[in-house]
Amino acid sequence: MHDMTRRNFFDVAAARGRCLQYRRRILDISQQVQALHIGSAYSCTEIVDAVYHGLMRHNQDGTSPDTFLMSKGHGCMILYVILEDMGVLSREDLDLYCKPNGRLGCHPDYGNPGIEASTGALGHGLSMAVGMALAERGRKTNGTIYTVLSDGEVQEGSTWEAVLMASSLGLPNLVAFVDNNDFQSLGRTSETHPSFYPLVEKFEAFGWECAEVDGHDSAAVFAAVDRRRGGRPFMLVGKTTKGKGISYMENVPIWHYRSPSPQEYVQGKAELEAASAS
Amino acid sequence: MRNTFSEALYKAATANPDVYIVVADISPAGSMGKFRDQYPDRFINVGVAEQSMIGICAGLALKGCQPFAYTIATFSLYRPFEMVRDDLCYQNLSVTVVGMGAGVIYSTLGGTHHTQEDIAIAGALPNMQIIAPCDPAECAEATTYCATQKNGPVYLRLGKAGEPNFTDKAADPWTFGKLRYIKRGTDICILSYGVIMQKAMQLAARFEAQGKSVSVVSCHTLKPLDVEGIRDALRRHGQVIVIEEHAPQGGLAPRTKQIAWDMQARCRLDTFTLQDAFIHNYGSHDDLLAAHGLEVGAIAAQVGA
Repeated sequence: MHDMTRRNFFDVAAARGRCLQYRRRILDISQQVQALHIGSAYSCTEIVDAVYHGLMRHNQDGTSPDTFLMSKGHGCMILYVILEDMGVLSREDLDLYCKPNGRLGCHPDYGNPGIEASTGALGHGLSMAVGMALAERGRKTNGTIYTVLSDGEVQEGSTWEAVLMASSLGLPNLVAFVDNNDFQSLGRTSETHPSFYPLVEKFEAFGWECAEVDGHDSAAVFAAVDRRRGGRPFMLVGKTTKGKGISYMENVPIWHYRSPSPQEYVQGKAELEAASAS
Repeated sequence: MRNTFSEALYKAATANPDVYIVVADISPAGSMGKFRDQYPDRFINVGVAEQSMIGICAGLALKGCQPFAYTIATFSLYRPFEMVRDDLCYQNLSVTVVGMGAGVIYSTLGGTHHTQEDIAIAGALPNMQIIAPCDPAECAEATTYCATQKNGPVYLRLGKAGEPNFTDKAADPWTFGKLRYIKRGTDICILSYGVIMQKAMQLAARFEAQGKSVSVVSCHTLKPLDVEGIRDALRRHGQVIVIEEHAPQGGLAPRTKQIAWDMQARCRLDTFTLQDAFIHNYGSHDDLLAAHGLEVGAIAAQVGA
């Protein structure tokens, strides 16, 4: 029954429009607060969009048999604006982001609408996703668990515990993404930790089916997951750009966290508007 | 205790297909073999990977299951502490973290395998419940509670194997969150929990040989603590003694003193705990407890038994 609500193709033009809209919304919200991890959200915008609008199945009542867990909790602005777009979170929820009478903060909290797990500390999400996938298998409810990890998070030993366990358990209903923007707080990962790469081969050596695509190519993200062979967990390494979409943010680590100044906001807005018009 | 834990969990898993056990390369004995054979999909061995043990339990619980995480207490609580805090307590998930062989039971394995601070650590976490049964019979009751409750996470502090039962003829039934009088007296009250209850019983016997009337109480639920029950014990007895296999900070002893101070209790109050020190010598469980003064003769000498 669920499959009937699953999209058979992915409308790339629509995805592009949504992603621009989401970036604009996040940029607007950035003017309400001092910090919101804008670069981290822009980095995984296309990936999370493809999960919600392409890969997850949706029932007519708005529920889904599938689950999305934002393991890189600091990227949650993209999750918030997608949930707002879907009507799961309200405009007021986002207007009150990080405010005393609001319920949404810089990291997602379980219990808020659409938030399936509390994350923020890195290296927690994949194990929880494994547990969720196990529960789906045990109950024969066949839900697929989608989760997005940051590349910095892949340095956590706990992530590798979960990587080992997911494939050892042979969980076909677990799909993970690495938002591989090659940046972490103190620099480029390829420079600070050269042995971090290659990534795909590492996951494959741990028994996962794995692919690597341009993480800002919505069609490629969707297709890689949609056409996976299956039978075991799937990892998609998305090559991404931190701060993607606004020139002065791209690959500049300070945008991991800070909010644009009013002048920077105007410039960023103009760039996004220009991209919309093109 | 391990065996009764296994039997109780097997029964719970038979009654409820959402009961899971996630172990970290350590398996309880007894009926766990039956569990494993009959419900192989619900017996998950993560290997030596305690962080994922807790995270996987959290994921199961987020989907409505009732999981138990099981390994030696140091590895179930200390190693994956942030997962216990964030995944279980912050999200308030009904996951039971079983700390097996807590205290200094693993006497010859050295300080890396001792759990002297677990009540303090688990007790500092919001939403965490803590249960430390004193004998195998209480362990069965506690396990059944854990397998059916939906209040949030539990740290279940267990002994090892071969403990005697003290509660067969207990004055009270086991009730979560309530002190349990194993025997009721009028002169002296001994408060304790966990496997060191054996020393409480031996101390009580010494007092009784002097003709004194002694209460022995299992304070099996350390959090939420039965504060009113402790107030009542402090009011009703002229002498109250706390014996616990735990550091002097954050356990039953300082809590009882705090309650006594707050109510301006008039009874004599003596507390006996492990010291604020690691133990570097070896020997039996009793040898290690004695090294920190937890020996019946030494306690008796100080309390007039």
